[in-house]
Amino acid sequence: MKAKTKFSALLLFLGPSLGVITLFFFIPVVAAFSLSFTDFDIYSLGSWEYLRYVGLKNYSDLINDPLFWTALKNTFYFVLLGGPLSVGVSLGTAMLLNSKYIKWKGLFRLVYFLPVVTTLVAVSIVWRYIYHPRFGLLNYVLSFIGVGPFDWLGDPNLAMPAIILMAVWKNFGYNMIIFIAGLQNIPEELYEAASIEGASGWQKFKSITIPMLAPTTLFISVITMIGYFQLFAEPYIMTQGGPLNSTLSIVYYMYQEGFRWWNIGYSTALAFMLFIIILIGTLIQFKVQKIDE
Amino acid sequence: MKKNFITVITIISLIFISCSDKNENKIVINFWAMGVEGEYVSRLVPDFEKENPNVKVVVQQIPWTAAHEKLITAFASETLPDAFQLGNTWVPEFNSLSTIQPLDSLVNSSLIINKENYFSGIWDTNVLDTTLYGIPWYVDTRVLFYRTDIIKEAGFTNAPKTWDELYEMSKVIKKLPKYSKTFPFFIPTNEWLPFILFGVQNGADLLKDNSTYGNFSGKKFTDAYLYLMKFYKEGLAPTDLQQVLNLYQAFGEGYFTFYITGPWNVTEMKNRFPKDLQDDWMTAPLPSPDSTYPGKSLAGGASLVLNKFSKNKKVAWKFIEFLSRPDVQLKFYNLVSSLPAVKSVWEDSTFTSNKYMSAFYTQLNNTVPTPKIPEWEQIVSSKIQQYAEQTARGKKEISKALKELDNDVNKILEKRRWMLGKE
Repeated sequence: MKAKTKFSALLLFLGPSLGVITLFFFIPVVAAFSLSFTDFDIYSLGSWEYLRYVGLKNYSDLINDPLFWTALKNTFYFVLLGGPLSVGVSLGTAMLLNSKYIKWKGLFRLVYFLPVVTTLVAVSIVWRYIYHPRFGLLNYVLSFIGVGPFDWLGDPNLAMPAIILMAVWKNFGYNMIIFIAGLQNIPEELYEAASIEGASGWQKFKSITIPMLAPTTLFISVITMIGYFQLFAEPYIMTQGGPLNSTLSIVYYMYQEGFRWWNIGYSTALAFMLFIIILIGTLIQFKVQKIDE
Repeated sequence: MKKNFITVITIISLIFISCSDKNENKIVINFWAMGVEGEYVSRLVPDFEKENPNVKVVVQQIPWTAAHEKLITAFASETLPDAFQLGNTWVPEFNSLSTIQPLDSLVNSSLIINKENYFSGIWDTNVLDTTLYGIPWYVDTRVLFYRTDIIKEAGFTNAPKTWDELYEMSKVIKKLPKYSKTFPFFIPTNEWLPFILFGVQNGADLLKDNSTYGNFSGKKFTDAYLYLMKFYKEGLAPTDLQQVLNLYQAFGEGYFTFYITGPWNVTEMKNRFPKDLQDDWMTAPLPSPDSTYPGKSLAGGASLVLNKFSKNKKVAWKFIEFLSRPDVQLKFYNLVSSLPAVKSVWEDSTFTSNKYMSAFYTQLNNTVPTPKIPEWEQIVSSKIQQYAEQTARGKKEISKALKELDNDVNKILEKRRWMLGKE
C-alpha cells in the first residue's frame, strides 16, 4: 500500500520531465540507433519500400572510408591541440584575474567572457576577415615583424591551426569563470603557510593550486573535450571543410552525409562512432586524473 | 492585471483579424527561389499581382549553399511551396521523391510555353523518360574566356578551335619569356566541372548499364582526363590554387590566358578586371576534340517546377508562365544577369550589342545534359573533385585513380541497381 503511494508521487513529480526527455531524447536516440543499421536515404524518404536492413554494413563501410579517417584525424588534431591550449589559457587568465594586484577585475572578466556569449556565426565571419590573406588584420600585424603574408584559411597546413586559434579565443572565457570560482575556494591559509616555509611561486602553484583545483580541472577538461569533439560550426562557416579536407571534422562530415547527400543511415552510424569515441575519451580522462590524485 | 491582459489579447486578435481580412479572398501561392534570383524575383511579383488581382505570391529566398538541405527537409515535413526553383541537375532527385508535377499536358495547352522556344539541350535536362518535369527559367553554360592580347603576342589571332590548338597555343605562350612563369590554361583542381566537361566533349559515357555503374576508367573518359593532366604535368596549368586568390587580378596579370567559366563572370569581369585591359579579353565557344567546332558544353541552369501536392496548381502554373514570358525574361536578365532560357529574348539589342554574348548563344545550342540520376550531384561534388585534386598534384597514378573512382561510384550506385532489379 505504502509502496503504491510512493510510486504515484514519483510519477507525479518525475512524469512531466521524464515524458519530455523520452519524447525528445530517448526516442530519437533509439530511432537513430536503429536507422544506423539501415540504408535510409533519399529513396527511402520517398517510399518505405526502398529501405533495407543492412546490419553492420554502415559501420564496416565507415572503417574503410578514407574520408572518415581524415575527419577523425582532423578532429583529434583539434581536440588534442585545442583542448589543452584552451584549458591552459583559461587557467592562466583565471590566475591573473584572481591575483591581488589586478585592478578592474570585473571589466576584464566581462571582456574575456564576451566571446563566449557572442554568436559563433558572427564571430566566424569576423575572423574570416581577420584571416584574409591580403586585407586581414592578422597578416597586417605580422607584417610589422616581417613575417607572412599567410593564407590562413586557404593553406591546408594552416587552416586547422587558424581554426584552433579562433576556437580557443572564443571558448576560454567560459572555463576561466569556472577556474576563478575554483581558485576562490582554495583557502588563503595554505598559501600563507607555504610562504612561511619559503616556497617559491612555482612550488605553490604546483603543490597547492593544481591539486586543489583537481576536481575543477577534471570537470573542465571533460566538458571541453566533449565540446571540442563536436567541432562543426567553425569549419562549416569558415572553410567548408577545405582546403583538401584539412578542416573536415567528424560532425561536419556527418552533416554532409546526412543532410547534403541524405545518407541518413550512414551518418547515424557516424554519430554513434563519435559517441563511442567521446565515451572512451571521457573514461580515460576520469582514469588518468584519478591516478594523479 | 487581468483587465490589461484581456485588452492585450483583444488588440492582438484585432491585428490578426485585420490582416487576414485583406487577403481573405485572395489565393496565396508560395514560391521559393535561390540566391540572387530569389532576391530579385520579388520585384517581378507586383506585375503579376496586378494582372491577377486575386492572387498573392509569397516569395521565399533561400541561399544556394543551404538550398538542397532546405528543399529536402521541406519535403520530409510536407511543407514544400506551390512552385519552386530547382537547379536542373536536381530535377531527377526530386522526381525520385515523386514530389514534382509532370508538365506535358500543361505545356501542350499553354499559349506561352512552347518547347520550340527553348534551347533543346537545356530543355532536355528537364525530361526524364519522355516526361517533362520542369520549365527552364534561366540557362547557364561554360565557355572559354581568353586574353586576346596574349594570344596575339604568341602569334595567334583566333581562340583555339580544337584540343590540339589549345594545347599548342598554351605551349607557345609558356615559351614566351614574358610568360614563362605563368600557367596558360587555368583548370582549377577544386572544381569537378572541367573534368566532366572534357570527358563529355570526348563522347564519354560517364555511367554505363542504365546509369548503374561508373564508366570513368573507360577509354574516352581516360583520354580526356589524360589530356587535361598533360597541362598540369607540363606546367601549363597551376596545381597550386593559392596563387589564384583573386581570379580577376590573376587573369589581368596574365597569370593564365585561358579559363573556362560561366556567364556570371562576364558581369564580374566588367566590374573587377583592370580597366586598361578591358579590351583585351574575349569569350569563345569551347574547342572540340575533333574538327566539329564548337565543342559541347554542359547544359546548366535552373528550372521552375510545380509541387505535385499543391492545392493551387493552376495559379502556380500561371506564375511559371508569367516568368517564362519573353518580356519578363528580359526584365529579369536586366535585374540579375541570368541568361534567359527563352531564345527570342536573345534577339533583343541587350544581347546583340554585347560582344561577349554571342559565344554563349552558340554554346547554348551545343550542350549536353549530364546523367539524369539523383546520385549525380554526390558523384561529382564528392568524388570527382577528390580524385582530380589528387591526380593533378601527382599524388596518385591516373589509371589507378580512375579505377578507384569507378569503385567509389559503383558503391554509391549500389542502391540504384537494387531498386532497378526490384522493379
